[in-house]
Amino acid sequence: MQEELKSKIESLIQSKEIFLFMKGTPEAPQCGFSAGVVSALKSVGADFASFNVLSDMSIRDGIKEFANWPTIPQLYIKGEFVGGHDITLQLHKSGELQKLTKV
Amino acid sequence: MTIEEIQKRIEMGLPGSQVEIQDPYRDGVHIKAVVTYNGFQGKNLLEQHRMVYATLQEELKAEIHALAIETRSN
Repeated sequence: MQEELKSKIESLIQSKEIFLFMKGTPEAPQCGFSAGVVSALKSVGADFASFNVLSDMSIRDGIKEFANWPTIPQLYIKGEFVGGHDITLQLHKSGELQKLTKV
Repeated sequence: MTIEEIQKRIEMGLPGSQVEIQDPYRDGVHIKAVVTYNGFQGKNLLEQHRMVYATLQEELKAEIHALAIETRSN
């Protein structure tokens, strides 16, 4: 992975304590899984930033390699990869998401 | 790639696992794999999902559009 791309991804993740790579925007998600994570985050009142991977192919492919995770969305909290859609929803169900997002 | 092929691929990659593929919209595209596997014990959710993804590495690059995963251990 190119250093430049890697540092671009890292600086995005560091830009906000809760950061989501998604398809589309929180206002207009372009994929059901991205929409699901956005609504889970909103329902726990999480203050998050996001990046629309559909706007940048290099980031879209890059984060898959970066996180060793083949799909999007990807949620990061305090710089740590938390998971994709299924894990985020499972954490939401168990009440852990609320704790994790209290930053 | 058919649902049966995805099921077989996961079962081969995680020997002894039980895999149920759900196709809630009956479109063969937005599918969910419910995987029960003893090897998940002691692993966190991220690791469990990565183990399932690893069995479908090539397919996820091209053929599989949306795969939800639920992992369980006995």
